[in-house]
Order: sequence, then structure tokens, then C-alpha cells
Amino acid sequence: MEHDHMTIPKYLGVFAVLVVGTILTDYDATIDLDSIFPGANTLVALLIAFTKMACVMLFFMHVYWSPKLIWLAVIASFFWMAIMFAFTMADYFTRAAGVFTT
Amino acid sequence: MQSADVIGSGFSDKPKLNYLTNGTTLKSWLLTKDHKRIAILYLISVSVFFLMGGVYAATIRLELLTPASDLLETGTYNKVFTQHGILMIFFFLIPSIPAVLGNFLLPIMIGAKDLALPRINLLSLYLYWLGGALALYGLMQGGVDTGWTFYTPYSTTFSNSYVLAVGVGIFINGFSSILTGLNFIVTIHTMRAPGMTWFRLPLFVWAMYAVSLVMILGTPVVAITVLLVAIERVARVGIFDPAIGGDPILFQHMFWFYSHPAVYIMVLPGMGVVSELISNFSRKKIFGYEFIAFSSIAIAVFGFLVWGHHMFVSGQSIYASMVFSFLTMVVAIPSAIKMFNWTATLYKGSIDFSTPMLYGLGFMGLFLIGGLTGLYLGAIGLTVHLTDTYYVVSHFHYVMVGGQVVAYLGGLHYWWPKITGKMYSEFWGKTSAMLVFVGFNLTFFPQLILGYMGMPRRYAAYPPEFQVLNIFSTAGASVLGIGMLLPVIYLLHSLVYGKPAGDNPWRLPGLEWRTSSPPPTENFEKMPVVTWEAYEFGEDNGLDLEEDRRRDLAPVA
Repeated sequence: MEHDHMTIPKYLGVFAVLVVGTILTDYDATIDLDSIFPGANTLVALLIAFTKMACVMLFFMHVYWSPKLIWLAVIASFFWMAIMFAFTMADYFTRAAGVFTT
Repeated sequence: MQSADVIGSGFSDKPKLNYLTNGTTLKSWLLTKDHKRIAILYLISVSVFFLMGGVYAATIRLELLTPASDLLETGTYNKVFTQHGILMIFFFLIPSIPAVLGNFLLPIMIGAKDLALPRINLLSLYLYWLGGALALYGLMQGGVDTGWTFYTPYSTTFSNSYVLAVGVGIFINGFSSILTGLNFIVTIHTMRAPGMTWFRLPLFVWAMYAVSLVMILGTPVVAITVLLVAIERVARVGIFDPAIGGDPILFQHMFWFYSHPAVYIMVLPGMGVVSELISNFSRKKIFGYEFIAFSSIAIAVFGFLVWGHHMFVSGQSIYASMVFSFLTMVVAIPSAIKMFNWTATLYKGSIDFSTPMLYGLGFMGLFLIGGLTGLYLGAIGLTVHLTDTYYVVSHFHYVMVGGQVVAYLGGLHYWWPKITGKMYSEFWGKTSAMLVFVGFNLTFFPQLILGYMGMPRRYAAYPPEFQVLNIFSTAGASVLGIGMLLPVIYLLHSLVYGKPAGDNPWRLPGLEWRTSSPPPTENFEKMPVVTWEAYEFGEDNGLDLEEDRRRDLAPVA
């Protein structure tokens, strides 16, 4: 495994992205984006969180420079998480309506 | 024809230190990186937790001997059944087969010197101890009364018990599982001996591979869930409590996303053990090797898609319930494939009713009932009547105890001569196996009827008309308890007084039987080269097993 892809300044750069993301998440919680459309605040917070997670995974965890097998494991993990979200949401989105009534 | 090197794989004539004699200080054990010693430390630890969980079980059965709540106060009863569940599930059932038998045997069965990450293996043991210690601290301080499922809002709003301490203990213990699973996957991928192809792997190894996938993919979710409970309790962030914007059903989704696959963490290794037992004690190549191997993977995958069947009456949408009900029926298929293949393996086999095989056959009978009663609970109409009754309690005990514990005992008896180099008393072994089978059925079959009649779970008192069946159940628990305690006595006895087992007491072709008993620290004197298929009882395995058997059976002059 090569470790020279990431230098100290690059690590600090990623850290700065994480700090800025945290500040933006906090700011997002103080303003009303839901007036644009319901759930907009949550969507923005999730987008920031996803960006932070991607930075950690790609750079701190060196996935960006890793072989395809590692990428496969990462994609499989996301697929698994998608299953959890999709099936849970299948409950939430259909709770109000019955199967045979609307 | 085999070369001399292949036939002699792993053998050496020179006397050598085995893993038990290679270092005798406490430090040599506590800082060991040898997978076999770590397995022994796990064996002692899980046995202690099993004993403690058993004491709670005995207390529950004693309380239920009479209809009134006369032995325990109802609040105490809540704590007793909760603590029984927590200790048994998180600290015995989940780690037992992977951490004890898997740790000891997986490297030997694939012809490796150790697991790929020995230090990580030791770390997982210490994490298990740390998690266990924290959980015990919580239990001794006053205990937890939420049920082992920690459902919100019991665990977040109403419970004043030591949820946090026990929750953190389970959280830490989860990392032990993750590290063990990771270690197994890396080992199986990278450390197989020359010639040990994927389809020559013993089915126990396939089961360990499948269960490792579940451990890695599922355990982080329950860790996060427990952490969210802690955050809500401490910081009052609204996650599960509706009063502050949360949703209690979300907890159940997240909890069961792990905890249903956790059932497969418990039973898949048991299926791996039983595949070994059925094939080897029928002295016949297993029927449908590839089907059994891939059915383990199928169970691991489909096991993740059925968690909603625990939530049919929780308020989950009927649409989601229908999907989960269908998928629950689907997951029965790979389990059935295994059962049919084991049965076909027995057909025309040369069956040896030794103690491990009795446990293996016991597993087949008990798991069959456990699996079939699960189909009733997966049907969304019928389950409304059966949810939270003793039918459910009985069903999951048939799967977890009748399946996992019986398989664990079978595996322990099967590999005991390899682990210790000593044979135990076959008479007491068979007696114990039969007592466990009879005692188990006497304990839990009446509970199926009680549940169907409507007796709810988790109550210390019940209507008098249910007493007769409860007396049967408590009587059965006594028999089961004796059956479980007997192995503790005769296995410990065998350590001192047991006859030397020899390297291959069952006359089997697997790699673990081609090294000394107990094995040396590095497992094999020479790197084995595998040229035979799994469960090969013919001449191609390079050993003259049948000649050895005839010699064993010949009358002594």
C-alpha cells in the first residue's frame, strides 16, 4: 500500500473541509430553508454530511488510490445501506395509505 | 496416486511442543497471538456467560411454576428475563461458535499457521471482555428491565435502570464481532494452503465466511442504534421519542436490521458444524456441496431483507409488512436446501451414532421445528394472534438453543479430542446428548401450545388454566439443565483422566485431523498440500481410513 499520496498539507486541507462542513451544518440548522420546500433543511444537512463522509473515505482512508477490490467493498457497503434506507422508507411512505384503499 | 509429501501433510515423527505446553505462564496466555489459545480463552469466557444466563433461565422457569407472581416481584421479573436475554444473545450465542470453534479450527482447516491478523484477534478478545465487564457492571448495579431488545421508549424515556452501561457494553462487544469477522474473511481469502481451492473448503469454513459477512455488514448498525439511544438519553436529541420529534418505530427498524441477521450469526455457524457432523459421521461425501455452500451465502444475504417481520403489529405499514412477509418465506428456501441435503447425505451412509452425531441429528430435529414454526410467524394474518405470546418464545428457542447451542455442543464434542488431545466418556456424552434433546422438547414444546392458547410472554403471573403446561415446561428445564451441566463435568474430567485421543480418533480425511492432537503452535510441522476434495472418504484422500477403522473395531486378542 502506498502512503505518499497524502501529504500533511493535503490532510490539513481535508480536515479544513470537514470543519467548514460542520460550520455549514450548524448554520443550516439556524435558517429556514423549509419555506422553499418541506425537508429542504434536512436535505442540505444530508448533502453536507455526505460530502464530509466522501472526503474521509476517499482521502483519509486512501480509497481513492486503492485497488478495485476495495472499491467493490465500498460500493457493496453503500448498497447494503441503501437496502436499509429503502426498506425503512417503504414503511414510512406507505403508512398512511392502506393496500386496498387510497 | 498421492505423493509421499501429500500423504504426510502436516505429520512429523519428532516429538514437539503443542500449543498448550508452549508457554505456561499467565502472561503467555494473556498476551498470546495464537488463535488456538485465544479460542480457549473465549471458551472459558462464553461458558461463564452461558452459566450466568442459565441461572436467570432457571429463575424464570421457577417463577412460572405457579400462576401467581410469588417468587419474584414483577419489576424484578422484568430484569431477570432481560438479563437472561442480554447475556445469552450478546455474550454467548453470537460469539460462541465463531469465536471458540471458528477461532480454533478455521486456520487449521484451511492449512494456515494462524489467522491473518493475530493481534487484531487478541484485541477482539479484550474488547469482548471489556464489553462483558461493562454489561455485568450494569447488571450488578441494578440491572436493565427493557427486554433484550431495548425497545424505545422503554429504553429512552421510562426506564430508570442501567441502560447506558449495558448499552455501551454491547456497543463495545459489537466491535469484537466486527474484528473477528474481518479476520476470518481476510484469512479465508489470503491464507489457504496450496491446493485448498474454494470448493475444497470444509462447509464449516463456508459458514464462517457467510457469518463474517453478516457480522461486518450488520453489527455497525446496532452499534449506531445503541449510540443513538445513548445520545437521546443524555442530550435529549429527538431521534426515537415522539415528544421531541423522534419516532420509536425507527428504533425497531434499525435494531432489527442487525438483530434479525444476528439470528443467522447464531445459527449459520451451527449449520456449518452440522454439515461437518452429518457428512463425517455418515462417512459419506456430503450431498450437494455447492448447494450447501451457496445456501449459506443466500441465508446471509436474504437474512438482511426480512427484519420487518418482527414489526407486523408495531404500526408498520401493511404494504411493507406484505413485502417482508414474502421475503420471510423466501429465506426459508436456503435453510430447506440444507435440511434436504443433510437428509440425502444420511441416506445409505455408514452412520456412526457417536456423541457428536447425536447432537447433529438432534439439531436437525429441533431446527426443523424452529424453522417451520417461523413460517407461521411470518404469515401476517396469523402472527397478529401469535405476536408476543409464548409461541414466539418457543420458536426462537427452537432455533437458537435447539439449533445453535446443540450444534455448539456437537462441535465441542467433535473437536474436543483435537483441542485437548483427550477423549471424554462416550457413555456420558451420549447420555447428555439425549437428556438435552428430551429436556429441550419437554421445556419448549408446551410453550408452543401455551402461546397458541394465548399466554403472553414477559409476565410473571398467568391464568391458572395454563399451569399444567408450565409445570411440564419447568420440569423439562430441569432435565435440560442437567443435560447441559453434565458436559461441564465429564469434559473437565477428561482433561485429567481422559484417554489420549490420538491425532485422528474419528478416522476422518479433513486437514484438522492430519496434525497432532493438540496441534503445535504453528498448526502443522510442514505446509500441507491439498489434493483431495472435501469429505473425500475414498482412496484419493491419501489416508487408508477404512483400514484404520477395521483395526479399531477388531477384537483385542
